[in-house]
Amino acid sequence: MLQYIGKRLLQLIPVLLGMTFIVFMIIRAIPGNPAQVILGQQASKEAVAALEAKLGLDQPWYTQYFEFLMNIFRGDLGESLRTRSPVADELWPYLAATIELAVFAMIIAVIIGVNAGIISAWFQNSWFDYTAMILALIGVSVPIFWLGLMGQWVFGIEMDLLPTTGREDVRNPVHAITGLYVIDTLIQGRFDQFGQVLRHLILPGIALATIPMAIIARMTRSSMLEVMRSDFVRTARSKGQKMFLVVYKHALKNAIIPVLTVIGLQMGILLGGAILTETIFGWPGIGRYIYDAIGFRDYPVVQSGILVVAFIFVMINLLVDVLYSVVDPRIKYD
Amino acid sequence: MVGKPKVLSVNGLRTSFFTDGGIVPAVDGISFDLYEGEILGIVGESGCGKSVTSLSIMGLVPSPPGKITGGEILYGGRDLTKLKEREMRKVRGNDIAMIFQEPMTSLNPLFTIGSQMTEALLIHTNLGKRKARRRAAEMLKLVGLPRVEEIMDEYPHQLSGGMRQRVMIAMALVCEPNILIADEPTTALDVTIQAQILKLMKKLNERLDTAVLLITHDLGVVAETCGRVIVMYAGQIVEEGPVTEIFRNPQHPYTEGLLKSVPDMRFKQERLEPIPGNVPRPGAIRHGCRFAARCPYRFDRCTAEDPELYGTQPGHFARCFLRDKKEETAHDETLVES
Ligand SMILES: Nc1ncnc2c1ncn2[C@@H]1O[C@H](COP(=O)(O)OP(=O)(O)OP(=O)(O)O)[C@@H](O)[C@H]1O
Ligand SMILES: [Mg+2]
Repeated sequence: MLQYIGKRLLQLIPVLLGMTFIVFMIIRAIPGNPAQVILGQQASKEAVAALEAKLGLDQPWYTQYFEFLMNIFRGDLGESLRTRSPVADELWPYLAATIELAVFAMIIAVIIGVNAGIISAWFQNSWFDYTAMILALIGVSVPIFWLGLMGQWVFGIEMDLLPTTGREDVRNPVHAITGLYVIDTLIQGRFDQFGQVLRHLILPGIALATIPMAIIARMTRSSMLEVMRSDFVRTARSKGQKMFLVVYKHALKNAIIPVLTVIGLQMGILLGGAILTETIFGWPGIGRYIYDAIGFRDYPVVQSGILVVAFIFVMINLLVDVLYSVVDPRIKYD
Repeated sequence: MVGKPKVLSVNGLRTSFFTDGGIVPAVDGISFDLYEGEILGIVGESGCGKSVTSLSIMGLVPSPPGKITGGEILYGGRDLTKLKEREMRKVRGNDIAMIFQEPMTSLNPLFTIGSQMTEALLIHTNLGKRKARRRAAEMLKLVGLPRVEEIMDEYPHQLSGGMRQRVMIAMALVCEPNILIADEPTTALDVTIQAQILKLMKKLNERLDTAVLLITHDLGVVAETCGRVIVMYAGQIVEEGPVTEIFRNPQHPYTEGLLKSVPDMRFKQERLEPIPGNVPRPGAIRHGCRFAARCPYRFDRCTAEDPELYGTQPGHFARCFLRDKKEETAHDETLVES
């Protein structure tokens, strides 16, 4: 098993290398120059050239790329061109905000999606099944920005129930320790702030959960329908087992593997692709951070930021593969 | 079997499937009794309703589309078809247990043998986990499995087909049920293993005094294992009687055909003769004898009226007009020169 994980990690190196190269080239292909952006449109050619030299941007691209790689291998994500502070320090609060939102959204998506899928399969062709599957169909097709804006309008503005932007009450800011506010407020015993943080999570969390929830529900349903026809389900019933346990113990464990795959992929997407939701809800996440860095042509931030997100994405998928073998004793990695 | 009390009594059972293509009467009014400690065989070609019969007794007919539409299944003074699901759960695995045709797929691949073996015990008895485990291990030993303690912690894919079927048998018997329904328990196994499993079932039947309903389409299995046998055709019973009687002197043309199509040295025939024609779709024949189209002895009455089960010897019945006392003077065909 450990050997398998090691092998998988080694295989990741070329994938991540290729990705860094593509990002490196694309960001440089965008018109505009970091030195120019920093100094403003009025800056003289000489001043721009001097700054470029200082930032190392006058070097040929392969020298720059090589240096970037060498830094990465040393564990150094580089320095922001704009703020001159290390990307690693700057990046974490944003990443933490994204992780918190993504995990929250995924918990909602998994709890509701998996159960809706199970019950739909259990009572196939019932009104519950039809309703759930129609909602799931709507869920995968509704534009998230529309859903987000509607949520803000209905629950935030009309009913004034929930906050619509940010991740904390600005009049009562959270003192960050880990950067994950749910945890930070708890370890500080600030339950008032904990409630606030949760309230801020609800609207963006639900908006973000919608698509994965719908996909998980549909996948769970189809996987369960197949498993429920299995002989061993009939065996379990023939022992006198309660239908609830037949479904949630015998059938679910067999049906869960394709669902785990979907959860892993969707989690990766939530972590990397939540820019739209982060923008609508003013969520200070990694998507916004990278997006803003592109505007400033802040090459190191973009390069390292995307690398970190990609790394998390592949690690989640590796984790899912490892989980397969935990669930299914027939899957052995050697 | 006369003298022994009945443990199960099936009367006029009807089970139909309500499909898009129409109503399929898979089991169409069958009646039989199962006596304490006996092994009763049910034979018939594929699709004649053997599995649906056993699933009906277990209350496990897939529903929808299946439904028991008539008749009663009497066990311990109660009609199982009328029981609520909650009460039926107490019967399953505890009073009546079942083993299935496919040992490869009938065990849950993701749970250890030990956990699947103890499941029924934990449901039906108040043994604790430890005692249940010990009881399960004893049962596995009884069905002749080696290195029981290790097997308890293994998963089904680590066992061979024959071992898995032994596990299935042990699992079914672990709560000491009064009735064991075995739906083609050996069909998926190779011949030597088949013989072992049958011997085992016979041994356990004697030792534990469990009544066994053995479903098969293999007359050889019936000859080796059963005391009495029921022959089914297109959802009905066409012949019922003691095994020795039926093999020596079959009273229904279908049984006769089945016997001729069995490759068995004991019934010295020159060559195998498969029954011409196919099993009709359930419900395809509404009037007359269902076997008429394939029957070499067919005469007018066969397609006009529905035959009943006519007694020929004590305990031996056949659904054939040739066995109707009224016909005997008109026709004198004999099925088998005995
Ligand atoms: N789930 C179902 N839906 C519709 N019809 C069914 C269903 N299950 C069984 N049937 C019908 O019931 C009839 C009897 O099926 P059954 O499984 O009892 O046959 P069998 O005698 O056990 O055959 P085999 O020897 O192949 O196991 C079949 O012909 C089939 O048409
Ligand atoms: Mg069958």
